[in-house]
Amino acid sequence: MTDPSAPAELVRVEHVSKRFVKRVDFAGRLANALGADNRETVVRAVDDVDLTVREGEVVGLVGESGCGKSTLGRVVAGIHAPSEGRVFWRGRDVIELDAQGRRDYTLGVQMIFQDPMSSLNPRIRAGEIVGEAPRVHGVAGGDHAAYVEELFRQVGLDPAYRRRYPHQFSGGQRARIGIARAIAVKPKLLVCDESVAALDVSIQAQVLNLFMDLRQQLGLAYLFISHDLGVVRHISDRILIMYLGRVVESGPSASIFADPQHPYTRALLDNVPRLDARKKSFAPVAGEIPSPLAPPPGCHFHPRCPHAGPRCARERPALVAEGEGRAVACHLTDGGVA
Amino acid sequence: MAAVLEVENLATHFALREGLVKAVDGVSFSIAPGEVLGLVGESGSGKSVTGFSIMGLVDPPGRIVSGSIRLEGRELVGLSEDEMRGLRGRRVAMIFQDPMMTLNPVLRIDTQMIESVLAHDRVSEKAARARAAAALTQVGIPSPEERLASYPHQFSGGMRQRVAIAIALLHRPALIVADEPTTALDVTIQSQILAEAQKLCRESGAALLWITHDLAVVAGLADRVAVMYAGRIVEQGQVDDVLDHPLHPYTKGLIGSVPSGAMRGSRLAQIPGATPSLGRLPPGCAFAPRCPRVIDVCRVTSPPESQREGRRLRCHNAEPAP
Ligand SMILES: Nc1ncnc2c1ncn2[C@@H]1O[C@H](COP(=O)(O)OP(=O)(O)OP(=O)(O)O)[C@@H](O)[C@H]1O
Ligand SMILES: Nc1ncnc2c1ncn2[C@@H]1O[C@H](COP(=O)(O)OP(=O)(O)O)[C@@H](O)[C@H]1O
Ligand code: SF4
Ligand code: SF4
Ligand SMILES: [Mg+2]
Ligand SMILES: [Mg+2]
Repeated sequence: MTDPSAPAELVRVEHVSKRFVKRVDFAGRLANALGADNRETVVRAVDDVDLTVREGEVVGLVGESGCGKSTLGRVVAGIHAPSEGRVFWRGRDVIELDAQGRRDYTLGVQMIFQDPMSSLNPRIRAGEIVGEAPRVHGVAGGDHAAYVEELFRQVGLDPAYRRRYPHQFSGGQRARIGIARAIAVKPKLLVCDESVAALDVSIQAQVLNLFMDLRQQLGLAYLFISHDLGVVRHISDRILIMYLGRVVESGPSASIFADPQHPYTRALLDNVPRLDARKKSFAPVAGEIPSPLAPPPGCHFHPRCPHAGPRCARERPALVAEGEGRAVACHLTDGGVA
Repeated sequence: MAAVLEVENLATHFALREGLVKAVDGVSFSIAPGEVLGLVGESGSGKSVTGFSIMGLVDPPGRIVSGSIRLEGRELVGLSEDEMRGLRGRRVAMIFQDPMMTLNPVLRIDTQMIESVLAHDRVSEKAARARAAAALTQVGIPSPEERLASYPHQFSGGMRQRVAIAIALLHRPALIVADEPTTALDVTIQSQILAEAQKLCRESGAALLWITHDLAVVAGLADRVAVMYAGRIVEQGQVDDVLDHPLHPYTKGLIGSVPSGAMRGSRLAQIPGATPSLGRLPPGCAFAPRCPRVIDVCRVTSPPESQREGRRLRCHNAEPAP
């Protein structure tokens, strides 16, 4: 299966699921005492997902809110342990890594969050925010101050800003500090979770350009999580589309955007506003995104799908390879919906 | 056709301790019946304050310092709060990004909607309930009679926004001001709301001011677009003209900043720098520090509004005609 000419894989997750248990809260227990029936509920935030990110590639992860993008991103970054399935770093299962391998993985995958303010300590100067991790981990080598100055330059910030506090920066500058902090430990893969979502369009363009420059200069790979299809399309080589915890379609970005196969992907692409779609007549998919606490049986999309048949409510469609690196989880393309 | 709304030279300022913030500073536009005007700009450009000014919802330290807002020919600037309240909800209604600005969390939907009807119309409660149910049907809420008995928290975000829109429709207002009503919603849900908004303008002939930071939403929904920067409308015209051939350097930069399929993997045409803080604007054109077409006069005099090719522009050195 493995193509010898393909770049080496960085992270691979196999059959990964992540469940969260929502315990009955105090109000619920009180209601139970009065005869109600509130039970512990389980959310399958991620439900049997495979994903590989190779050196230097940009993988986009899209889907609507609650579909499990952040959770999957955290599993890849090692922040969440999966409830089921395995995570591999450079081909080795992460639970079997020795101390050196563990350090390699922890530093090798860095996460960049949506709201840079909430992830930056307000009482620490920007220079220390960026410089702390490389000092602790001994990444910088000789001249620490010069290393931090260089990082500031790399993300387009004046090194003189090292002495400022986070609140003294604009949103776009804070995003740059977050990026500088992440690349300070020389990672191989950045997991960007809605990293440009909070930024104004003109600032978002600057930060996207920075991501692409860093990719070239440092050979970085990205797992780029976003609900914004335009952004993901712009930056990604490959994309995965998620719906309620599952991957419904995956493949090379250009090919998916040119010819979406899964009905949900098609709905998403039809519905995303575009600069060149003028005064359009919107033809939205009906219905709401179901609660992840009680997803519909079979194909999660069936209550909203215009092509649904009896099989769709019964049987979970498998993610089937369609050639050219594409895969689709839909009965339509796998034996029919009857 | 006579315009539903005519805004002329509107200026709304905030007198803050740090200084005077000219949130809206000389804004003019009008909207015809059944027309959708998209007001776009980045955060802090003065879009919401423009909307609040029209609704008479600007509170101290903010104040409309000059200009005129005429709704169906009637001047709103200078009306008393009582007179404004008589118009709000009836002739002009607002939809907010957060529907909970409209909805009361502790009241059932029917209670709120019936109250809204009775606030302006003397009808029986039964007639009011029927109007409420009809409005919910109009915005695509299934089994509205059942839904009327729920509380706002029992709805999803998209459903709550529909209810807020239904409330805005109750009195068939002449003008609806919508301030980023789909910004917090998912793509498929946003599309449903945009479809409803489009349908309601067509059917009721209401004029719609759609405030958003998203140019692509404007492209899909609006007839005309007004682009705001630092408290001013810098370019205004038909959506096709402005998006296909922007004449103002800021509009051009903004359009270039939006990732589009054709540009995959290449650098976006970014605008350098960041939006200025409104309390400390440079003299002359507020865009001058970021503008690729800046000339000497730009740093001295603020560009006056001019007309060109069916557009209103504020620029000393606009792009050449296409
Ligand atoms: N720590 C947690 N405890 C309980 N449930 C959680 C937790 N984290 C996530 N979930 C649930 O898992 C599901 C997926 O959440 P996740 O944050 O991964 O979605 P997402 O795709 O990132 O959504 P968004 O686009 O809104 O960021 C949701 O139903 C969420 O409520
Ligand atoms: N209540 C207020 N008090 C003080 N300043 C305000 C207030 N509301 C808005 N402003 C200021 O007015 C400017 C324009 O704000 P706003 O209209 O909300 O921008 P937008 O909606 O375009 O993001 C900003 O500089 C903002 O800080
Ligand atoms: S499996 Fe059935 S319901 Fe699901 S997307 Fe395919 S056709 Fe639609
Ligand atoms: S007035 Fe001058 S600085 Fe301002 S946008 Fe036009 S060319 Fe640029
Ligand atoms: Mg998330
Ligand atoms: Mg606003």
